[in-house]
Amino acid sequence: MEMKDFLVRFAGEGGQGVVTSAEGLAQAATQVGYHALTYATFPSQILGGPTWTQARISDEPVLSAGDYVDVLVAFNREAYDTHCDEVKEDGVIIYNSDDFQLDGDGRSFALPIEELARSTGNTRAANMVVIGALAHLVDMPQGYLDEFVEKRFRRGREGDDEIIQSNIQAMLLGRTHTSESGFTLGKLVDPQMPEYQQIMVKGNEALALGARAAGLEFYIGYPISPATTILIWMEHNLIGDGKFAYQVSSEIESITGLLGAGFAGKKAMTATAGPGFSLMSEGLGLAWMAEIPLVVVDVQRGGPATGLPTKTEQSDLMACMYPAHGDVKMPVIAVGTVEEAFFGAIKALNWAERYQGPVILMTEMSLAERVQNIRKPDLTQVDVEQRQIYQGNNGYNRYTGHELSPMPIPGNPGSYVANGSEHDEMGDTTHLPSRHIQMTERRFSKLKLLEEDDYESDNAQESIALLPWGGSKGPSLEAYNALRQNGVPLSWYYTMFLNPLPPRLLNELKQKRLVIVPELNYQGQFSGILRAEGVNAQSITQYTGLPFKVSDLIDQITAMVEIGQKESVGA
Amino acid sequence: MSKKNPEYDFKWCPGCGDFGVRRAIEFAMIDRLEETGLPMENNVVVAGIGCSGNLVHLLEGSQPYGFHGIHGRSLPIAMGVKMASPGLNVLVVAGDGDFLSIGGEHIAPQAARNLNICAVVMDNGVYGLTKGQSSPTTKFGEITSSTPYGKMEAEADPLELYLTMGVSFIAAGFSGQPRQLAQLINQGMNHQGFSMVHVQSPCTTYNDTFEMLKGNAKKGIDPLIWDVPEGHDKSDKGAAYSLLQQRGLPIGVIYEDDTRPSLDARLEEMRGRARQRTTEEILASYEF
Repeated sequence: MEMKDFLVRFAGEGGQGVVTSAEGLAQAATQVGYHALTYATFPSQILGGPTWTQARISDEPVLSAGDYVDVLVAFNREAYDTHCDEVKEDGVIIYNSDDFQLDGDGRSFALPIEELARSTGNTRAANMVVIGALAHLVDMPQGYLDEFVEKRFRRGREGDDEIIQSNIQAMLLGRTHTSESGFTLGKLVDPQMPEYQQIMVKGNEALALGARAAGLEFYIGYPISPATTILIWMEHNLIGDGKFAYQVSSEIESITGLLGAGFAGKKAMTATAGPGFSLMSEGLGLAWMAEIPLVVVDVQRGGPATGLPTKTEQSDLMACMYPAHGDVKMPVIAVGTVEEAFFGAIKALNWAERYQGPVILMTEMSLAERVQNIRKPDLTQVDVEQRQIYQGNNGYNRYTGHELSPMPIPGNPGSYVANGSEHDEMGDTTHLPSRHIQMTERRFSKLKLLEEDDYESDNAQESIALLPWGGSKGPSLEAYNALRQNGVPLSWYYTMFLNPLPPRLLNELKQKRLVIVPELNYQGQFSGILRAEGVNAQSITQYTGLPFKVSDLIDQITAMVEIGQKESVGA
Repeated sequence: MSKKNPEYDFKWCPGCGDFGVRRAIEFAMIDRLEETGLPMENNVVVAGIGCSGNLVHLLEGSQPYGFHGIHGRSLPIAMGVKMASPGLNVLVVAGDGDFLSIGGEHIAPQAARNLNICAVVMDNGVYGLTKGQSSPTTKFGEITSSTPYGKMEAEADPLELYLTMGVSFIAAGFSGQPRQLAQLINQGMNHQGFSMVHVQSPCTTYNDTFEMLKGNAKKGIDPLIWDVPEGHDKSDKGAAYSLLQQRGLPIGVIYEDDTRPSLDARLEEMRGRARQRTTEEILASYEF
């Protein structure tokens, strides 16, 4: 039997190699031309605790984490008990017989993972034993794996050969052992090596790379899951003349420090998650009020309060769009894929410079920790924008008129006061009604500069549309493709620009009988925003801390389309 | 209303101590221009919220850059400005309520970093702009609009706090002596690290301490302030601590440690050791 894709879940204790096995498999597969996507959850503790990671391998770009598991690798008994129900009926369970024993359930077999690794003389090759076993199950030629091991461990050092040999031997042992078990799944289709150069990155790394490509100079942050990896990346990679990456003492320091840096002329960014974002509320209002460019990344996790620190959710949209008291509406970009994390970060920094104010870049746990192969971005094609800088003499009125005006940079002529109180054109505090009218209108009018033209659309003539946002894009697109194959009348729309929405997109959505919005929150936050804009939007909600399953989406979208059609007949 | 801007509608009460601090800051910045040859726009004044923060709008003569942000956050805003552009001279102006109460959490981190800025705190022992509530430096037992039966907690001793937090330059001043205060602020600005100039700046409306500070011979009131003696070894932390235990309020430089590198100096040093890569090089490291 030929398989188009293949989903393996590795489950066990933190520290048992769950993550490295999944990432190793993804690397091995992409190395030879497959596409891979990993999805991980972590326990909120340092050592131990139940954890699992899965890798989905396909001959085409992978859109979602996948619904049901082809192979479960259970490192301990608890992992087996927790996950065995998610294994497909015709799936296979490999259990670590060094850790526990199972009575045969007809679809599981014992693999003495550590013992086999030890027998190669390289105890670190345990995950290679597992990869070898998996390769046998999907009939993956050993040549592919040899190539992967060679690339991974050939460092030009003495002892390379020994390490490569032991790793290959570990794979062969895993293979042989599995072959003796008699289990197979079928043959994974042959890979098609893409013709372009690829990179293998996590969502948060792609975002950080994009920010750097956009000319980021100043990054400060405070550790918080699942945003910490961006801080760590910056501490390692945002180094050089004029650059600063630093861990500060709270998210209040993060946002107010960014305010100082944005004011001083730098492209400045921080990343946080829900609790930290809440602490930034007042500072974001100040950035809006004083017209200071900066970017805040919200890597969403389950909320409110401490919520679900290591689970995924899309429940911060209202908070991101309206983070502060008073009349504000923040520009919001929400990325939906690892590739979009790169380009979304560039856009967010460009927007901040373009309209001279704060921009919120939303991502989420499931994207942050996802490892995926993507086309290597071409930096020569990256469009980097700079703010309009004032270059005149002293005596400048920085806040003149109802629209954007050039920004002076400290150290140069044009001194003014950036003021969080309502202010006149030179930045001094005022309470005149006419000034509050002028400045409020000025701040909102600048949002027009951020209206973009492009968005995704497909099969646009239908009267019912599917419009996911953020990380629900992948499972939604997979569901959409399946529904279209079955002839379900449905249009597809998608944008990462949630505020302002591309005006042409908003116009199109207003013409629809129904716009279906899959989103991971209770209230249906995006559909609420769309309804306020005059779009008949209804959400498909889920608040489990996990991403959508494609099959669930297919069922729910099908039901909503049927009802929508009946209503249209009735009308 | 200020001289430069008729629309600006804030003013200090007659006799407010903050007038003297403003004068001192104007002197200090002008002296600095003469010393360094740098233009006024090389100075950034980051202001807290309260009567004192309005100083940034009330400065006369050629204008520095200003940032009048949100309550309590003048220090981290100043950190952002300084680390973004270490060549700027960054001055914080704030009151005791703003700086020591809501903003108190930001003092110790700047001290640990030895952030290269100068913070001038105008201490009047009261929240003036909100009409007379108790502040961290209001005396224990004092009756204010928010402590009708007397303040229930002990008063803070800011100079001792700064010393124990590791602030590397600590001076105490009095707004009634703007020339002397200007010198202290100038020393603070020249100090390579985090400098605190804590100023007695009385509120003539809610907590008028002028007479108590200066004394009044006719009424037999001894002055509370006294000058730091010439022989004081300001590099000696123990001596600084002893000074602060004496009755009254010493005026002058209490403590200075000029051996610690500032955060921007550390950053320069770190850059020299760190691996620096172009974006393309970093991107290429993810190829497979």
